[in-house]
Amino acid sequence: MNFDDTPQEAAFRAEAKAWIAANAPKQYEDELRKASLGRVALQGANILEVAKAWQKKKADAGWACLHWPKEYGGRGASPIERVIWQQEEGPFGRLSSMFIIGHGMCGPTMMAFAGEEQKRKYLPPLASGEKVWCQLFSEPAGGSDVAGLRTRAEKNGDEWVINGQKIWTSGAHYSDYGILLTRTDPTVAKHKGLTMFFLDMKSPGVEVRPIKQASGASDFNEVYFTDVRIPDSQRLGNVNDGWNVSLTTLMNERMSIGAGVATGFPELFDFCNSLILDDGPAIENRAVRSKLANWAVKASGLKYTSMRAISALSRGERPGPENSIGKLVAGSMIQDVATYALDLQGAAGA
Amino acid sequence: MGFLGVAIPEQFGGAGAGHLELCVIAEEMGRALAPVPFSSTVYLAAEAILIAGSDAQKQKWLPKIASGDAIGTLALFEGKGNPSPKAVKVTANGGVLNGVKKPVPDGAIADFAVVAARTGSSGRESDISLFIVDLKAGGVEVKSLTNIDLTRGQAEITFKDAKAEPLGATGEGWSVITQVLDRAAVLTAFEQVGGADRALEMGRDYALDRIAFGRPIGSFQAVKHMLADMYVSATLARSNCYYGAWALSTNAGELPEAAAAARISATQAFQHCAKNNIQVHGGMGFTWEFDCHMYYRRANAVALGLGSLSYWEDALIDRMRKKNAA
Ligand SMILES: Cc1cc2nc3c(=O)[nH]c(=O)nc-3n(C[C@H](O)[C@H](O)[C@H](O)COP(=O)(O)OP(=O)(O)OC[C@H]3O[C@@H](n4cnc5c(N)ncnc54)[C@H](O)[C@@H]3O)c2cc1C
Ligand SMILES: Cc1cc2nc3c(=O)[nH]c(=O)nc-3n(C[C@H](O)[C@H](O)[C@H](O)COP(=O)(O)OP(=O)(O)OC[C@H]3O[C@@H](n4cnc5c(N)ncnc54)[C@H](O)[C@@H]3O)c2cc1C
Repeated sequence: MNFDDTPQEAAFRAEAKAWIAANAPKQYEDELRKASLGRVALQGANILEVAKAWQKKKADAGWACLHWPKEYGGRGASPIERVIWQQEEGPFGRLSSMFIIGHGMCGPTMMAFAGEEQKRKYLPPLASGEKVWCQLFSEPAGGSDVAGLRTRAEKNGDEWVINGQKIWTSGAHYSDYGILLTRTDPTVAKHKGLTMFFLDMKSPGVEVRPIKQASGASDFNEVYFTDVRIPDSQRLGNVNDGWNVSLTTLMNERMSIGAGVATGFPELFDFCNSLILDDGPAIENRAVRSKLANWAVKASGLKYTSMRAISALSRGERPGPENSIGKLVAGSMIQDVATYALDLQGAAGA
Repeated sequence: MGFLGVAIPEQFGGAGAGHLELCVIAEEMGRALAPVPFSSTVYLAAEAILIAGSDAQKQKWLPKIASGDAIGTLALFEGKGNPSPKAVKVTANGGVLNGVKKPVPDGAIADFAVVAARTGSSGRESDISLFIVDLKAGGVEVKSLTNIDLTRGQAEITFKDAKAEPLGATGEGWSVITQVLDRAAVLTAFEQVGGADRALEMGRDYALDRIAFGRPIGSFQAVKHMLADMYVSATLARSNCYYGAWALSTNAGELPEAAAAARISATQAFQHCAKNNIQVHGGMGFTWEFDCHMYYRRANAVALGLGSLSYWEDALIDRMRKKNAA
């Protein structure tokens, strides 16, 4: 693996850097930089509007969803160019968080299973952020065991009628479209009776109810379906082949969630660099250094593991189970890092 | 096969391929627990001569290393502790060395050693210089030590007015040692990743084969999780190693930080995989007959050879701070 830019990559980087310097919403840079660990929020501005404006600007200049084909709103860029863009976009990339599900999971699923006309219609506004998408898979009885889901889709002429409930749907409250996994045959083994659709979230019979999270915010929702009608043309993949379709989505989910995953390490390192303990600077304390070094190599290991995945992808290999490592490691690491940052402050950490 | 000289330039009898190729060989050496004096000769002695040797010294030693005619080593440690200029007590005066080095890897079978010795008393790094000593000559006493790893020897070497030839300029020794340790850290990390991968494979194979409660033990989630955790640590270590290999082979400014990260990550992964492999093997893991203990021994011994885990943790944070401040 090579970590140096080739001359072409260096030229691409320079072009990206110059465009970002001239166009990014700099007034929010500081807030975005500090926002990586918690929710992204901006003082005195609506984050959704700022994010959509930045995404549209990028799309107009050909910097949105770089790795997508041009006809679907992308740039036809290589996986490496996409990484270079992400490096250069830096804190402004955090404005993309509400598009991750659409760009990372719904888009690739549409690309693999929608008809050509539909792809040309739905993908460019998804890439440009004008339309936001959500993923409606999980249910109260189908979480880890997602194939246990119960939301029914019944055929009625050229339409399907949907009844049931989804839960944990991130961004449903501001989404325009969603991909929906349903049960179409309850009489066969659970993986064999599922079918995937996409739908307009403003369809009659769709009701979104926010769930209040531990943080106090409400980023995900319950979504209820009462006799919601979806045309058969919005079916993705064959009837009862929804499990296979969902695997495409989930494989892409692992990639997109695993890749730029936050670990909390850079923040902890900065924090320890400025924290003064009773016996001197925290960063000079042996115990602190040992903890930091352990997390440092996890963070760098994750970073280079995702770079290896990207170079495998650019050689035409399929994403594999190694892409689960990001979520597996970072998920508990970020909790441990945050706990340690509190611990270092003693009673004041509370 | 030309393995010994893969990173030695052709003009000095090597293949002139480079360090990337050496990393590949190191991984296989580690996977096989090869009981040969490869790391001492190639990662330590040859690298020290490549960095600091005069043309004549390179002509004298490197072709012999590449052909397998000379076994070399680095005599740095003097008992307990980690690499530090303060810990070097062996003296060099008037072209002879006096003092005791231990442990010296493969010291009992080595033909020559690169020795760190004290040439000043200012209390600074510049007190340390390097020398090449012919271990078969007079004034050198060698004693084998018992050690954890049965596949690699350690020795105590006593110098009594042993003749020594300077390697590099006087007072430059510690800076060369630091560079050698960084390079060796990356190469050794590849050995460790090779060993970790092999331990994981052994555990997986046993779990697929061994039946308990009427099923292969690999079907139990507790065993699966143990193996998955091994895979995760071996993969993270491998990724850190690839970055280290890039830094080493391009002589990048990132090498010191990359080497420390590769070292820590690979040390942890090998220890973790070798330990869990014993657990997966149940009672069999406790026997002499199964190789589990050989990997466990290597994992724990190789974790100390270039300085302990806590030494490298400290080094990593220092290097990250320096980069941050720059
Ligand atoms: C922040 C957030 C955002 C989300 N966004 C979306 C979204 O946009 N769209 C969507 O469809 N879903 C979303 N989800 C849902 C997520 O995919 C589910 O939470 C997940 O599938 C887990 O299901 P569950 O909550 O029902 O937990 P459960 O399945 O009930 O699991 C509870 C615990 O049991 C463990 N467990 C379960 N089964 C096994 C087993 N066989 N072996 C061992 N352990 C097991 C789990 O690991 C977990 O620790 C989101 C979740 C979160 C937390
Ligand atoms: C030092 C030592 C002394 C001993 N002395 C005696 C003695 O004096 N007398 C005597 O009778 N025995 C003795 N034993 C045997 C000891 O009790 C057995 O080793 C132990 O019962 C494990 O069985 P096993 O080796 O066949 O491993 P296995 O049962 O094959 O287990 C292998 C691995 O699979 C795991 N595993 C097995 N089943 C499950 C499951 N259902 N779910 C999850 N994980 C599972 C185990 O935890 C282990 O990690 C001794 C063992 C040792 C190491």
